[in-house]
Amino acid sequence: MQEILKNELSIEKSRSDRRGVRFEPVKKHATDYLSAQYLRKGAPRLPELSEFDTVRHFTRLSQQNYSLDAQFYPLGSCTMKYNPKAYDTLSVLPGFAGAHPFAPESAVQGTLELAYNLQELLKQITGLSAFTLQPAAGAHGELTGILTARAYHDAHDGKGRTEVIVPDTAHGTNPATANMAGYRVVNIKSASNGCVDKEALKAALSEKTAVVMLTVPNTVGLFEPDIAEIADMVHQVGALLYMDGANFNALIGLAKPADFGVDIMHLNLHKTFAAPHGGGGPGSGPVGAAKHVAPFLPHPMVACENGRYTLQGDYAQSLGKMKAFYGNMAVVIRGYCYLRQFDAATLKDIAENAILNANYVRACLKGKFNAYFDRNCMHECVLTPPDPHATEVHTSDIAKRLLDYGFYAPTIYFPLIVPEALMVEPTETENKDMLDAFVTAMEKIYEEIQTDPQLVKEAPHNQPVKRIDEVSAARNPNLRW
Amino acid sequence: MFIPNTKQDQQAMLDKIGVKDIKELLAQIPTRFLYPALDLPKALTEAELTAHIHDLAAKNQPLKNFIGAGMYEHFIPEAVPALSSRGEFLTAYTPYQAEASQGTLQTIYEFQSCMCALLNMDVAMASHYDGATAMTEAALAAHRVTGRTEIIVSSLLHPHYKEVLKTYTQHMGITLAEAKNTQDGVLDINALQEQITDKTACFVLPTPNFLGNLEDAQAVSAVVHAKGALLVAVVNPVSLGVVQTPGEYDADFAVCEGQPLGTPMNFGGPGLGVMTAKKAYVRQLPGRMVGIAQDKDGKRAFVLTLQAREQHIRREKAASNICSNEALCALNAVIYLTLLGPQGLKEVAELNLERAHQLAEKINAVKGFQVNMKTPFFNEFVVQCPVPATEVISKLEAKGIAAGYDLGSTCVQMKNCLLVCATELRTPEDLQAYADALGGI
Repeated sequence: MQEILKNELSIEKSRSDRRGVRFEPVKKHATDYLSAQYLRKGAPRLPELSEFDTVRHFTRLSQQNYSLDAQFYPLGSCTMKYNPKAYDTLSVLPGFAGAHPFAPESAVQGTLELAYNLQELLKQITGLSAFTLQPAAGAHGELTGILTARAYHDAHDGKGRTEVIVPDTAHGTNPATANMAGYRVVNIKSASNGCVDKEALKAALSEKTAVVMLTVPNTVGLFEPDIAEIADMVHQVGALLYMDGANFNALIGLAKPADFGVDIMHLNLHKTFAAPHGGGGPGSGPVGAAKHVAPFLPHPMVACENGRYTLQGDYAQSLGKMKAFYGNMAVVIRGYCYLRQFDAATLKDIAENAILNANYVRACLKGKFNAYFDRNCMHECVLTPPDPHATEVHTSDIAKRLLDYGFYAPTIYFPLIVPEALMVEPTETENKDMLDAFVTAMEKIYEEIQTDPQLVKEAPHNQPVKRIDEVSAARNPNLRW
Repeated sequence: MFIPNTKQDQQAMLDKIGVKDIKELLAQIPTRFLYPALDLPKALTEAELTAHIHDLAAKNQPLKNFIGAGMYEHFIPEAVPALSSRGEFLTAYTPYQAEASQGTLQTIYEFQSCMCALLNMDVAMASHYDGATAMTEAALAAHRVTGRTEIIVSSLLHPHYKEVLKTYTQHMGITLAEAKNTQDGVLDINALQEQITDKTACFVLPTPNFLGNLEDAQAVSAVVHAKGALLVAVVNPVSLGVVQTPGEYDADFAVCEGQPLGTPMNFGGPGLGVMTAKKAYVRQLPGRMVGIAQDKDGKRAFVLTLQAREQHIRREKAASNICSNEALCALNAVIYLTLLGPQGLKEVAELNLERAHQLAEKINAVKGFQVNMKTPFFNEFVVQCPVPATEVISKLEAKGIAAGYDLGSTCVQMKNCLLVCATELRTPEDLQAYADALGGI
């Protein structure tokens, strides 16, 4: 069928002298205030659209997206849980949204009180002594955490510590972070059960070790049963244990990282704490620290003195600042809202149901898409497809075929240690009916792999575009109009 | 509330898994760690929560805002939040599955295009955390490109940007230095010429600078490039409706805080790190980038591209560890610029110029207060006060006005100096009220 309405760029819809907003006329022009050397020559090539054109353009684009609100989005390690609608409204109340970061403290007591309250709640659920809400994302939190550790070591005669140990199951951000903090990355292989190989860890640990970075539960969805022993090993050589809390949804209310011996960790408010992912951000990556490490966190910190909330900057041992101003407050508000809707008795329901849902999917797909590590998992399961050497159908094909059935794809080809990995994280906010539907789709794809592999290999068939040749984009990059 | 599993569902699922209860699924966690005591407040219903959060918001005092200093209050057309808050955008994530994420991908491509057009640069990445981190990544890229180890910044760079740069570079074998400024509140270009050497990787030039003044960027660029160093420009995006662009003065990297383009101040976050570069440095840009590709029918499609730079492929060899960025704020910015177009952008920039200059003139008419009108500025400027700026701030706060940024807080010699901003949102009446309030001190 001939396409009459083409999917155009805004610039292709642009007509000169159309406009979507107008401002009051000025009395004098730029040339009256600034000499020619300071002035722009030539107007920028921005689209010229009416307000309605703009609304229709972006609304139509939004309809070319899978999203959590409309689709099951089992993206492993990303914790795509429902984002409560009340928080959308509450996070943009004019009192919060209109607050300038340099406004007098007396004028921003509400924002500071909320931030302080959230810090206290995060301390409570992790058992750590202090939290900063400054980092803008998970990876930013990791860097904050590792620089905190570095400041700690520098203050404790630890300048000879040059290495950070990272298991091969870690997110790519972990080694990249350690490198940005100026450390040498020592990768260690996992044991055959998917957990830390204690012998390998022991061999890697030395007086040169500054930090061991562990994701708990790890990226194959397993809890480290020897976590306390690992923490002891780390501490015995004078190193610090950093916990990547990206997967904290599996532990919230169930266990406190401080009890395992974790010294520093980050949390993702856009994962465990129900803030939306925004198509790629903004996130928020609060970092918590045990008492001995807390003085090295970035400044300023939100403090409370006699009922008055302040941003305190004079921390002599602080690592410095991680971003301008303070944290991503609009995200922080959402995280706080979420935590206030649970009490001690119900908080664990989050983790328990996340774990139940992941194991249910794993159990239902057993025999067709087997878990790489065939045992009970935590909040996510890492599945593998039928042997691609025999079927010639790969994980990437299965991911695309899922789109046809109305599901976003799991995280694929990660963790790296699992060949052809399909990492499924349903989260606790999906109901059993949706999980059953997902299982049915996967079973159907399994059948198709046997009967009509080409159908799977050429998927997707019903998306706005067919399978994209990604290499064509990199060959001769077109990155702008 | 947010957990739909009923008791029956749970039992059916446990049966399928083949365990008797959920606790059996937790066998990997040592029992001594399980179910710790938590001291948490009572769980709030949505109605209670709404009341509580409204109470907190009401504890913030709405002041007539005259503070800028890196974060600016501008008019945001209602279509911006109405579109960017659509669940289809808001609740999606990084567009890994391109075929089912064409909406997000096309908006990022349009954002990159708008940023290139606005800053007059060749390429842009999808977004960084904020202006300070974008600037830092640009300086680090210059360090990698040149193989040189010194970074010089203008002494009139935003103090937070200086701190963030220091934090990021402290363990990288990089030396930081500051270039002096003149009495007129601009860079001392002659001093920079003396200071810059063949060890200098880049010079970071904010214009307008932290005092609101515009720099002679063309002259700075010549000095920097003469020594083979790169120029990193830090700009105000709204000013570019009228002010000379980084592309025009041959900047190698140009960055800005993109918050003024359709995102509220939110006490400083989320911001929007805009990072652009000359084409030659495209592979030095961190984070996501979207490009045009073809689908198998030859139809135009959008994908994440050049991913071999990124942490999930390169791990410890990646240029940056950035993963989540500020996509939603980038969406705000592209919607904002699509609504304004080149003409609207010029109008809003001229209105900022006009209001700020009108305010400066009114302040100059108040006895004891003085603004240097000789140095060109955009929408903010320095006021010399007869008393410490802190005193002016607290007296105006009592009249419902946020008077400005206390420059004495970062530089003791400037304790009587106030940095004052007027955007298009400050009406002629607001400006008069400000001047009257100063007159009452």
